[in-house]
Amino acid sequence: MIDEDFIKELLSKHAFLNLNHQTDYLTLDCPAEDIVEFAKCLRDEETFDLLVDLTAIDHGTDADERFSVVLHLYSRIHRNYLRIHSSCGSESESPQFPSLSEIFPAANWHERETYDMFGIIFTDHPNMKRILMWDEYPYFPLRKEFPLAGIETDLPADDVVEVTQAEVEPAPMMGGPFVAAEQGFMSESEPRAKDESWTEKKEKPV
Amino acid sequence: MSSVTTKEISIGDVGARAALAEEGSERMALNVGPSHPTTHGVLRLMMELNGDLIEKCEPVLGYLHRGDEKIAENMTYNQFVPYTDRLDYLAPLANNVAYALTVENLAGVRVPERCEAIRVIICEMARISSHLLGMGVFGMDAGAWTPFMYTFTEREKLYTLFEELTGARFTTSYTRIGGVARDVPEGWLDRVLKFCEELPKATDEVEKLLTRNRIFIDRTEGIGEISASDAIAYGLTGPNLRACGVDLDLRKDKPYSGYDKYDFDVPIGTRGDCYDRYLVRIEEVRQSLRIIKQAIADFPGGAWYAEDAKKIFAPPKEKILSSMEELIQNFMIVTEGPQIPAGETYFEAENPKGALGFYLVSKGGGVPYRLKIRAPSFCNLSILEKLAPGHMLADITVILGSLDFVMGECDR
Repeated sequence: MIDEDFIKELLSKHAFLNLNHQTDYLTLDCPAEDIVEFAKCLRDEETFDLLVDLTAIDHGTDADERFSVVLHLYSRIHRNYLRIHSSCGSESESPQFPSLSEIFPAANWHERETYDMFGIIFTDHPNMKRILMWDEYPYFPLRKEFPLAGIETDLPADDVVEVTQAEVEPAPMMGGPFVAAEQGFMSESEPRAKDESWTEKKEKPV
Repeated sequence: MSSVTTKEISIGDVGARAALAEEGSERMALNVGPSHPTTHGVLRLMMELNGDLIEKCEPVLGYLHRGDEKIAENMTYNQFVPYTDRLDYLAPLANNVAYALTVENLAGVRVPERCEAIRVIICEMARISSHLLGMGVFGMDAGAWTPFMYTFTEREKLYTLFEELTGARFTTSYTRIGGVARDVPEGWLDRVLKFCEELPKATDEVEKLLTRNRIFIDRTEGIGEISASDAIAYGLTGPNLRACGVDLDLRKDKPYSGYDKYDFDVPIGTRGDCYDRYLVRIEEVRQSLRIIKQAIADFPGGAWYAEDAKKIFAPPKEKILSSMEELIQNFMIVTEGPQIPAGETYFEAENPKGALGFYLVSKGGGVPYRLKIRAPSFCNLSILEKLAPGHMLADITVILGSLDFVMGECDR
């Protein structure tokens, strides 16, 4: 049971924790430097062994501490969730946060996604690269200053402008529609993605 | 590197070059997908093979990424409902319900019993529909074509029922914050009951074709075994977790929408292999039928939306057209969105694929500040990197089929 006593004991055992009053589940504020140790303790001693979610919040470009990482853990014994908020500090361009993938392998992909969307670099992560966007993508789209339709450029694609009224470039079609080369070695002529987009107006290359 | 001895075969595109093979060894880089029948959508696998043995497998995702979380921050709560259809597009009704429950949790709205019962019925119908397809294509992945025909026929009947209820077969968008789009049509529950009576015949046929089928067992038993501790460490949920012997079903452990009123069992597996995952799914279909029958037998009357949530649920059309107060209420909700208080909430629903979670941060008003979608397929797939090595290439088909993921939800 997660009751007053449980919370009191947890807070007294870990002096760095602060209670964050939320209506649904027990929510704790934990400093980033203590998160690894605390997560390990939660997993091994407090039965919160299922990391269900890890994500981040962008508190806006003018916030003092712009990014915070949010974890949700589930305990099958308590049959309840626990939420941890942890600030990434005052850094707003390339914030850092310790990786939890050693303790929870599930965190591996969640952290990659958080990096992909917010640009939070998880230190000691075994494979810190983008997971949803393509590797060369230059932006972090879930940051609040990123516009919904994308960042405008000087040389937008005409067909995209026509449809969206936003002067942006389309995403590359890597892995998109497939074309096959007519000659050459078979391993080269297999149908493959062509890094080019085509529309009704611009014919698909043969 | 002048002496390259690595052979390379490419299906889909040539990106497998990135998967470097050791020099001088006979290892081969193989790329499957992103568009390949095995991958059930646009998943791409970069593998390193030693003969037929998989030594390394790296899933590459994101080919179906649409930025749903960014989109959610730019529209009102009700406007996002159609986007939830497109998460797990094999069970859109269950997504609709999970999303509505999340926002209602934060708003403190409790929907009436009739609405809860409707939601339970559609959730379970969505589960049946998703599992029917999942089992059918799993059989197909293992080389058995026929069961798919049986399950797909049954699924078609479900889609006819969905169409009658929501107006759409596939993209249902049925829930609203604080209720559902419309009450159940007349006679619809009887037709659902009739379907429930007929379905066991089809599932029995599928079982006859698969469960004791020597070839099917040979291809699935002991393949893709996941231990309970691994499953928990990698955050697996749903039938994939229960097949490993972990008894975690949010419908039982954290009941929502009145699931605690119904009597049903949660099947769990013992070995956590592909065969167990199939067995768990087919039993879940039967249990879902039990729930639907109970819900229909005990179907409550009364209101089908939260009538007191005046700033959240737009009243039905006939009231809008006849009463000034309701007209204003409707206008405000349509233009400003349902008014949700500031705060944050996390809610997970036991969807067919696993626990679909929404983490919602609101600063008040009609638009979410942040909406994180915790997709079960995303978490379930993350174990593949660990699971695939040590298996034969032919097993990857079966493993992917048994994990039963949907890329729409995985990539969001």
